[in-house]
Amino acid sequence: MKYLLLIYADEQSYTPQERQACYVESTQLTHELNEKGQYLGASPLHPVATATSVRIREGKRLITDGPFAETHEQLGGYYLIDVGDLDQAIEIAAKIPGAKKERWKSDRYLNCRTCRPFSDVFE
Amino acid sequence: MPPNLPVNKIVEQLYQTHSRQVYATLVRLIGDFDLAEEAMHEAFATAMEQWEASGIPDNPTAWLISTGRFKAIDMIRRRERFDASMQQILAQRPSLSQTPIESLLSEIPDDQLRLIFTCCHPSLAIEAQLALTLREVCGLTTEQVAAAFLISPATLAQRIVRAKAKIKTAGIPYEIPDIQQMPQRLDAVLHVIYLLFNEGYNASSGEQVTTAALSDEAIRLANLLHDLLAQTDHGATSPDAEVLGLLALMLLHSSRRKTRTDENGDIILLEDQDRSQWDQTMIRRGIELVERAMATGEVGSYTIQAGIAAEHARASDVSLTNWGQIVSLYDVLLQIQDSPVIALNRAVAIAMRDGPEIGLTHIDAMADQEPLSDITCTMPLVRISVGD
Repeated sequence: MKYLLLIYADEQSYTPQERQACYVESTQLTHELNEKGQYLGASPLHPVATATSVRIREGKRLITDGPFAETHEQLGGYYLIDVGDLDQAIEIAAKIPGAKKERWKSDRYLNCRTCRPFSDVFE
Repeated sequence: MPPNLPVNKIVEQLYQTHSRQVYATLVRLIGDFDLAEEAMHEAFATAMEQWEASGIPDNPTAWLISTGRFKAIDMIRRRERFDASMQQILAQRPSLSQTPIESLLSEIPDDQLRLIFTCCHPSLAIEAQLALTLREVCGLTTEQVAAAFLISPATLAQRIVRAKAKIKTAGIPYEIPDIQQMPQRLDAVLHVIYLLFNEGYNASSGEQVTTAALSDEAIRLANLLHDLLAQTDHGATSPDAEVLGLLALMLLHSSRRKTRTDENGDIILLEDQDRSQWDQTMIRRGIELVERAMATGEVGSYTIQAGIAAEHARASDVSLTNWGQIVSLYDVLLQIQDSPVIALNRAVAIAMRDGPEIGLTHIDAMADQEPLSDITCTMPLVRISVGD
């Protein structure tokens, strides 16, 4: 089964060193997944300040700055994996770096990895 | 089984005692809850027809599983023409018709555990876990589960349909968790059982008879879980202690069930209950289980709570309560689970041991600490009952 693992975090909360360490660890994880044949794709995303939202209103494009909602945690990156079941996806989600930061421990919504199964209607 | 019973009675009895085992194995073989349920019912219906002429098979469970899987294959073939997803089921499950029956039988305890862990998967909403467990593991009907939760059967049915759909689309596996995840996942199962028990035990509405049955189901589930874990080797020793602890806690609470409300349904406090009416069989079993759990040396919160309940159960009169022991147990519980409610209970136990003056000092010290939003409103009441 294919899963999209979405990584949500408060992008302000990383120091440059932490961000760098996170990239190194993430690259290592992608290699591990690749060796097991579970890797389909992954990437960090630039901060939401660089995002553009597109809507269609009365037949016209409405182009605005940033994502649609103001929230504390932003989509910071993704992994696209192919594994046997949800438990294996959860196992990988738990390994995505950055999850261990203590200061997020108290808030279940912050610094979260969400596992979304792929719908196969396009296949 | 007495041989002189009519076949339909024997099949009925087997349905009561073994249908959930047959079902759990069929779910694994077929990979679909609804198909498995239909196949299971067809197998029992066929038994009703055939056993009259052919006699009762030597191993009825093996017969039912085997018949169920071939019924499932028939159903899948019949539906293939209308539903392409059926083909997939057969393609993905070559084992459906080929696995020898002996190896299916040896997997029965594992299959029942798989069903429990799947229904209590933390990826499902807790209400869905409760409903699924009662429906799929305990075999209650949709109407029975709905009545127990005081919601309409239609709402409950919808909740179950959504939960089953999530199991399928999200890829929740039909598996026993691996050893690293076992303690956490077992906690989730125990949590479901504990919630079911409380739902039945604290029932305050008019439907007391149906809701009280939830407590019995919870106890039955904990017994089943304990037996299954004992039969299968998952190398998890410490969580097993908590299964014993939870079972003990529920039995010890249940032993007082008859005496905890008066004829108007109002709560009677522990010290005012008629202790001669407490169920001594449950108490003996509960105490024995607490002692076994404590002996493992790896006690958790359910075991400690059961230990406290056991101290109350041992005292034939409230004046004989060993408050010193209860205070020590609360000390341990506070270390496992730092909660203001537990701290308050501990302070009450200290008041009972050392007198109200000293108890009140503890209560006042608590009030000066952290904000205790949830319990500050009960604090004055506790002060009054402690002897302010």
